Parts: sequence; structure tokens; C-alpha cells
Amino acid sequence: MDVLMPQLGETVSEGKVVTWFKSVGDQVKPGENLFEIETDKVTMEIQAIEGGVLSEIRVPVGEIAPVGAVVAVIGNGGTAAAPASAPAATPPAAAPPPSASTKSAAAAAPPPAAPAPRASGGPLDPYFEVRTPSRNYGPAEIRGVKVTPLARRLAVEAGIDLGSVRGSGPHGRIVAADVKTAPRAALRAPAGPSSAEILALYRDVPHEEVALDGMRRVIAERLQQASQTIPHFYVTTDIDIGALTRLREDLNAAAPRDKDANPAYRFSLNDFIIKAWAAALLAVPAANAVWAEDRILRFGRADIAVAVALEGGLITPIIRSADAKSLRVVSEEMRDLAARARARHLKPEEYRGGSSAISNLGMYGVREFSAIVNPPHGTILAVGGARRQAVEKPDGSVGFASVMSVTLSCDHRVVDGALGAELLAAFKAIVEAPARILI
Amino acid sequence: MAKKDNGGSTAAAPRPAVNDDIGEATRLRMYRTQVVIREAEQRAFDLFLQNLVKGTSHLSLGQEAVAAGFAAAMQPGDLSFCTYRGHAHTLARGVSIEKVLGELMQRDNGLMRGKGGSMHLTSEKDGVMGSYAIIGAHMPIACGSAWRAQYKGDKDVSVCFFGDGTTNIGAFHEALNFAAIWKLPVVFVCENNLYMEYTPIREVTAVEHPAADRASAYGLESIVIDGQDADVVYRTAQKAYGKARAGEGPTLIECMTYRYSGHSRADPAKYRPPGELDYWKNERDPIRIYRERLLQFGIPAATVDAIDDEVKKAVDEATEKCKAAPPPPAELLTRDVYADGGWAWRN
Amino acid sequence: MAELTYRDAVTRAIAQEMERDPDVVFLGEDVAKAGGVFKTTVGLLDRFGPQRVRDTPISEQAILGAAMGAAMTGLKPIAEIMFSDFFAVCYNYIANEFPKHRYISNGQTKCPLVVRTANGGAARFGAQHSQSVENWCMIIPGLKVVAPSNSRDVIGLFAAAVRDPDPVIFLEHKSLYPVASEVPDGEIVDTLGTARIVRPGKDATIVALALMVPRAVAAAEKLAAEHGIDCEVIDVRSLVPLDTQTILGSVGRTHRLFTVEENPRLCGWGAEIVSIVADEAFYELDGPPVRITTPHIPLPASDVLEDLAIPSVDRIADQVQRTLNA
Repeated sequence: MDVLMPQLGETVSEGKVVTWFKSVGDQVKPGENLFEIETDKVTMEIQAIEGGVLSEIRVPVGEIAPVGAVVAVIGNGGTAAAPASAPAATPPAAAPPPSASTKSAAAAAPPPAAPAPRASGGPLDPYFEVRTPSRNYGPAEIRGVKVTPLARRLAVEAGIDLGSVRGSGPHGRIVAADVKTAPRAALRAPAGPSSAEILALYRDVPHEEVALDGMRRVIAERLQQASQTIPHFYVTTDIDIGALTRLREDLNAAAPRDKDANPAYRFSLNDFIIKAWAAALLAVPAANAVWAEDRILRFGRADIAVAVALEGGLITPIIRSADAKSLRVVSEEMRDLAARARARHLKPEEYRGGSSAISNLGMYGVREFSAIVNPPHGTILAVGGARRQAVEKPDGSVGFASVMSVTLSCDHRVVDGALGAELLAAFKAIVEAPARILI
Repeated sequence: MAKKDNGGSTAAAPRPAVNDDIGEATRLRMYRTQVVIREAEQRAFDLFLQNLVKGTSHLSLGQEAVAAGFAAAMQPGDLSFCTYRGHAHTLARGVSIEKVLGELMQRDNGLMRGKGGSMHLTSEKDGVMGSYAIIGAHMPIACGSAWRAQYKGDKDVSVCFFGDGTTNIGAFHEALNFAAIWKLPVVFVCENNLYMEYTPIREVTAVEHPAADRASAYGLESIVIDGQDADVVYRTAQKAYGKARAGEGPTLIECMTYRYSGHSRADPAKYRPPGELDYWKNERDPIRIYRERLLQFGIPAATVDAIDDEVKKAVDEATEKCKAAPPPPAELLTRDVYADGGWAWRN
Repeated sequence: MAELTYRDAVTRAIAQEMERDPDVVFLGEDVAKAGGVFKTTVGLLDRFGPQRVRDTPISEQAILGAAMGAAMTGLKPIAEIMFSDFFAVCYNYIANEFPKHRYISNGQTKCPLVVRTANGGAARFGAQHSQSVENWCMIIPGLKVVAPSNSRDVIGLFAAAVRDPDPVIFLEHKSLYPVASEVPDGEIVDTLGTARIVRPGKDATIVALALMVPRAVAAAEKLAAEHGIDCEVIDVRSLVPLDTQTILGSVGRTHRLFTVEENPRLCGWGAEIVSIVADEAFYELDGPPVRITTPHIPLPASDVLEDLAIPSVDRIADQVQRTLNA
């Protein structure tokens, strides 16, 4: 059977093989790890579905293949069971097809020898008696346009986005010919200098070449696309985090300790920021939304992606329903996700989705910055570091406060200026009176 | 024959009266066969009540002499074909009690490992060429077996057992005509137990003797015999087999008999007139008749009793073996649909 | 090499097997002295004698039952049922007896016989002498079912059927009896379970059987000449065992499927093939698979009406063209 590059989500179009656990000629059992791929920002082990002998590796270590491509072949190791009269055809010498009249018409060219039946997929299951294809190739209808099964398969195999293909079949149906003649979606044709030109520019400057891994590729592609296609605008505000800081200290001090004096919990400032952001999104539900090309999707819960820096890149694991989870649950989840993110052991469903993101560079001394919206999110909140600042007190005297600057980046297609400002104001109000997180 | 005074002597020396055309050995064999059938069928009856015999079961209690007599007169190589009421004919050809009960209990030690069940008992090596559940279907099949013998010059006889109800179905008439015109070496045996399933046969048949009264329509002799007397059955069988082997064609024999149980195990047979069952059980029971016969010949009662005991023990042992046997394995489900052992209809 | 009509091919096929094996015997109505009502068995009685070629009364149950008894006990019988419609008269043997006894006896008994019959219409015989009854036979586990479309296949597939240890239903087509075609000399033995591509093509796969094969080929020629559509025509030949791989391979190249069936549509043999293709070759299909069949009617006697019912060359070509150009 053919071993395919697995599909790991609708927006993933290819993967890189990083490890083969078996060599050609090895016996493979169903369920055994067969190869490891790098796709998006994680590496994943892929198990063999059927057993047999690994007869061919088509995509070696280090190479990239599109989703659905054949990466290897597992053979049965023996002949497939055939029915009682084995279908090994005996070719006829010549037998022109008879016509309706009593004598045959002028002898046509002899038909070809009956072809040997193509290799079947193995013995049939008496309860199923067919060899149904083991994978699908996407929905039958894309944005109201029907697509034939063959066209769907060809599109996936060629990496073509059916949304951009015009259908020539009945009722505008997309047929195979339409996919075959569609131009390949070119996502990474930069307008700037080519790789060769840049290398030439730095030829005489000592440098190290760093190969692009899957994560780097995806970051490059995704964010370039985001910055090119999403109409960004930015809203900044300063937030007095005195009350939040005191709350955090109080809660951490009150943590019960076990017999080794380890605290049951330890909250970071970011934990509170996540909870406050969740509360803000729910307070301004129109801003808890994403752009879906021909419509807007608005959510009733806050799934928040939180940027985690990794060696060589970053990834944004998602806290689902952050609004409904306690501070403690959010804190523990965040700790777990961050650890697994750094170990590159996140599952796709753990970093796909969400409506908004948070990026915090405060620990680096950054005062403020603007982040790029991660599609398909509607917003991303960039959090800077805390600083002491002189402020005017209500009685007119001067005092000092701990202040943090945050910048909200918005996709103007779904969040307009006033709405973005409203969202940010809601966040500020919650942080400055942090008991509101409890509501 | 003259009554002999037993006087307590043993059967060491052959007694002239018993060693006539039938002989003591054959008689003892026929007695034992009848007892085996009686005990095994009774046991099947009881096991059905315990839900150890499943599905349906058609018993031959009361019809033992027909099976025993026809089987005893057969030679090795003769082939028998019977209906779903076939346990008796299968046991009579020498198939073990364990294999028959095992098949009824649908265990892996059964005659067909549970694939066929009560209605399809088959033992090719014993000449039991199948029990057939579609009424009359096996009559032309027996003709085919006889045709093969005729064609190849083989000397075996094909013997076909069926009930009175069969005599009104199309295949019965096609088979008789066919066998008669080709003069096939086949013997057709009608066990007239007076009931076609739940209805008295005379209510649904245009003639009194459902088989024998049709014989002349096919140029055959009309033969009605007492099916409860194994000696009568044996002699009739011998004659018919001889005729077939000599190339003189088929015989149709109607045996008057009676079944003690209902049509099938599920039938309490309340349609019988009162007294009828008692009459047959008391006056016409084949085993009682034959026991009397043996004693009259001077065979000691102890010998006869010993047979009874030995058979009862054999049935008990077989029952225990079957109870301990597993059901057939799952992999048997799809085996032997085709000659290659498999089931695949496509590549 | 010689030109041989389909009916003479039947005679030659039976003779080939009877010559080879003395255990092959043949029985049926009017087959011996009269040489068969369709003259398919002329000369066999003289050649093989009255012990091996036997006339029977009008007793379809006895014919099939006797064939089975003989097969179970050592012979290789060929039984003729004059018209395939009469299978309904002796269907007990086809459905309940031939295919089941090996299984229920746990492999003890066998049934190596062939039932040959005249199947199909277009001969103006009326509703009870014109049916295509492949599906009556396909549906029972334990049988094999074959339907040749030309003289050479008659001989080759018949030989395979006789030599096969399972019960085989051999469906000759009565309207093909007079059709002649070239057949090589000598013994011809084919293989059950193999389909044949009789006309290679690239735009669509047309799967046909028996009389519908030459009509499908003629339609394909018409489509090529008049519409530039190049169809691949497959002669299924063997319904059980079914050569799905040839059909799947073809659809994998052409991406369109049509069946041409002489039977009424409902549960006809094409339904199973379309079902398998729609399952296993779903992602090869660029359009819906289409079946071209006879309407849901008994067949009429009138030639004009019967020709409207059974798929004609024009109807086949028209349907394919309209579907592909939709």
C-alpha cells in the first residue's frame, strides 16, 4: 500500500520528513512508528496503518512533500488472495468484436491481450468486501461550488487552493481539467532580491548559513501573508498595574505549602493578563471575532493564543475557554503548554484556532511594541514591561505608579477603530480593578 | 416360526431359526441400530428442552425399523439420501452418536462442525450423501447418483428416503418418471407416518396410499409394507437393491409407520386423535416388536439387555463429550463456499 | 483459424470437453436427437453416443437434480435448461442445492457441474422467453456465472467452466447464436474471473455484457467518428468471479464510467460494479457513473417495442455523449 504524507489540517499543505524509523526491506507492523515529519511548528511521529515490508522510500530525510503525496510503499510480502479461478488472463490470438449482422464486419485490429489485473490491495475482509480509499480529499463543496472527487484529489496532490479555481463543469462544477489548468498558488514569490543575489551581496562577509526548518518556513509564510493581506491598525494605552501587582503578591503569599515548602501555585503576571484579556473579549463580544472571507465569525467564549518563544522561533498554544477557567487552571495549563511548546510536542489542535492572541515582551525590558495579527485571529495584544512613572494624584500631588504599555493590533476588516479602542479600554478597566476578573 | 423354549441356554451355537436369510448377526445389528436411534433421538428431545440442541430438530422416534432395515441391507458403497428427518438414517449408516448429537448441539465436534445442523447431516465417507431440507429436492439428486452408477457400470444403489408429504410435490413426480424411463438403480422409500407436517396425509392426497398408489403412474409396482417390523423392511430392501443392481430399474416402497413426537420438536402434535399415539406405542412399537422377535429366536434376554445398556451408556458418554465440546471457531464462517476453500467472488 | 458462429462454437465447446474427459456427460430437452431447439448441439449424439448425450422429459427439476447427483458422485455433467427464464421453474437447485451443500457439509461434498442456457432477448420471443437473468444467479453465494459475447469466448469460457470444480451457470445469448467471428483452431481454454478490454480508449469506460458488447463497441465507434469521444469498452465476461481490477484500472485512466445492461435497471449486474467503482475509485471519478439499461418492464413481443426497450447502439451513444458533454 502507498504511505501518504498525512493531512494535519486544512491550512497545512506540506511536510518535511525528518526521520525514517524503518529502512527499505524492514518488516513493518501496523501501529509501529514509521517516520517522523515536521509540519508547521511541530514534529510528529506517523504510525504505519498496515503491516508488510517497507519496499520503497520515495521521500528521504530532509525532503519536503505535499500532503497526500506518496512518501513510501509497503508491500504485502506475498501475493494477494485471488478467487478460485485466479485472474491471470490468457490473451486471445485475435477476436474482432462481432457486429449485429451474421457475418462480422471487416476485421478490426485485434484487441489487445487482456491486461494482467492490477495488483489488488490484499485479501478482502468478508465483512466489508471492498477496499475503500483510506483518506479523503476535502469537502465536495467549497464556498458553494461543487467539485468532482477527481478534481479534489488532483487539487490536494498539486497543492492548489480550490477557492481560486473556476469551474467549467455543469452548474459551475469544478472538474479535473479545471484543476489541471489552474495556476499554482504562489505564496512565496517575494518581490525582493533573490536568494542568489543576497548570497552574492554577502559573499565576502563571514557568515553562517542557517537552514530553514518547518517552523521558520511557516512563520515566514504566514506572517508575510498576514502583513500583506490584513489591514492592520494599532491602538496603545498605558495601564496602572499597581492593584494587579498587589493582588498577585497577596495570592502567591497565601499559597498553601506542602511538607517540602513548595507552593501549591505560583501566578505570573501573564496569567492575570490572560484572564483579564479573556474578560475583556467577553465584555466587548463584537471584537471577539475573526474574518472568514465572506462572513465574520463571532465567538461566545475566549480562546486565547499565547505566544511562547522557542529556540529558533515561536509558537502560540491556545488556552481554550480562558474566560471560564479559574486563574489557577489557566496558570497550570499555560505552564504545561509552554513546556511542551519548547519541547516541540504540541498537537496541532493545541495551536490551531482561537480568536485573539497575546504576546508579552515585557521581560526583555521592552516598553511597547506592535505585533502582527496571526491569521485568522481578529486581534493581538502586545504587552510591554512595567516601569515606574511619575503620575499626578487626585489631590494634585505627584506620586509614582507602576505602568505597563499595551498595544492592540486589529484586523480592520472585522474590528474597527472605535471597537478596538473599546476593547482596549475594557482591558484597562479590568486590570486596574482586577477583582473584575472574578466576574 | 415355532416358539422355542429358551431354557436359559446361551447363544453360543447358532440357532437354525434365527439364521435364515437374515441371520442372527444382522438381526442383532438391526436391533442395536434401532436402540441407538431410539436412545439418541430421545436424548436429542431432552437436550432440546435444555436449550442445548438449538434451532429445529425432526425426530424419528417410532420410525426406527425403517432406517435400520434399509441400512442393514445396504452394501458398502451404497449411497443414501434423506430429508431433514435424517438423524435415524445417519446413525443407521454407522455415523457415531457423538458426531450426530454434536451437530445437533452445533459444536465443533459435530459431523459438519456446526455448519449444517440437524437438517443437513452429511457423511460422505459413510455414504450419507446429505440430508435435504427442501421437500422432494433430493429425489432427482438420488436419480443423478444412480445415473452415474449406471453410466460408469458401478454396482452401488442410491437409496432415497422421504415422507408421505413429499408425494405431492413436483420433484417427486419428476424424479419417479425420470428414474423409470432411464431404469435407474435407485430405491425410493416413503416413510408414511400418516401426517404431512401437521395435517393427516389423507386429507391432502387424492389417493389412499400416497406413494404406492402413484407407482403405477410411473410403471412401477405398488408396494406397501409394515414399516415397524425390521425383518419385513430388510427383506423388502434386499429385493429392491437386487433389482437395481441387476439393471432392472427403480423401486418405490411405501412403509407404514408412525412418529411419536410432533413434526418437529416445536410441535406438540395435538392434532392426533385420542388413542392413536397409545396404539402405535403399545401395539406397533418397532423395538418392542423386535425384542420379542429376538427372544422368540432364543436369543437370551441378557444379550438384548446388554445391548440396551451399552447403547444407553454410549449415548451418555457422547452427550458428555458434546457438552464439553466448544462451538465452531469463527474462522469456519467463510470457509468452503467454493472449492478453493474460500468465499471470494471478486479480485 | 476459421469463421465460426456462436452456436457452432457451443457445439464445439461441448465436444471439446466431452472428448477430453469421459466423465463429462450432457442432458437436456431435445438436445440429443434433435440437436437442440437452437441447433446448438447438432452431431453430439452421433459423436458421443446415447449414454453420454441424453434427452430428458420436460422436467427441469429432474434435469438439474440429476446433474447434481451425478456431479456429487463423480461425473462432470452439463445440463441444458432451454431458456434461462425457466430457471424460475428449477430455481431450488440453483439457489438452495448446488451452491450450499459444500458449505453445509463442511467441505465433504462437491458439485462440479455446468448449467448452460439461452439467455437474453431481441429475438421477439416475448416476456417469458427473453429475460436476462444474470442477477438471479449472481446473488447466491457458491455459484459462478459466465456470459460470453463471442464465439471464441464461448469455447474458452465453457472449457473453463467444465473444468471448474464449482457449479457454473453458463449464459449463452440466443440472439448471438448466428453471429460468426474468427476462432483459432485447436483446444481453447480461458480463465473465469477475467474481463477483457475489447476496445481501448481514454475518455470513458463502458462496461458491457453479452449482446450489449458488440452494441457498445459500435456505439463507441459512432462516438469517435461523430463526437471525437474515445471510449474504452470492457466485456465483463465473468460476473462471478468478477474481475474488478480491470474495471477499476480502466476507470483510473478514463475517470468516467458507463454500464450497458440488457436487464432492467433495478438490482441489475451493473449496480454492483457501479457500487464498487463509486467506493474504491471514488477519487478517480470526474462525473457520476451512468447505467444504460432496459426499462422496468417485462419484455414485449413486438419487434418495434422490444427494440425500444433493449439498449440500442444509438441510445448508448446518445446517452454517453449527453453525459460527457453536460
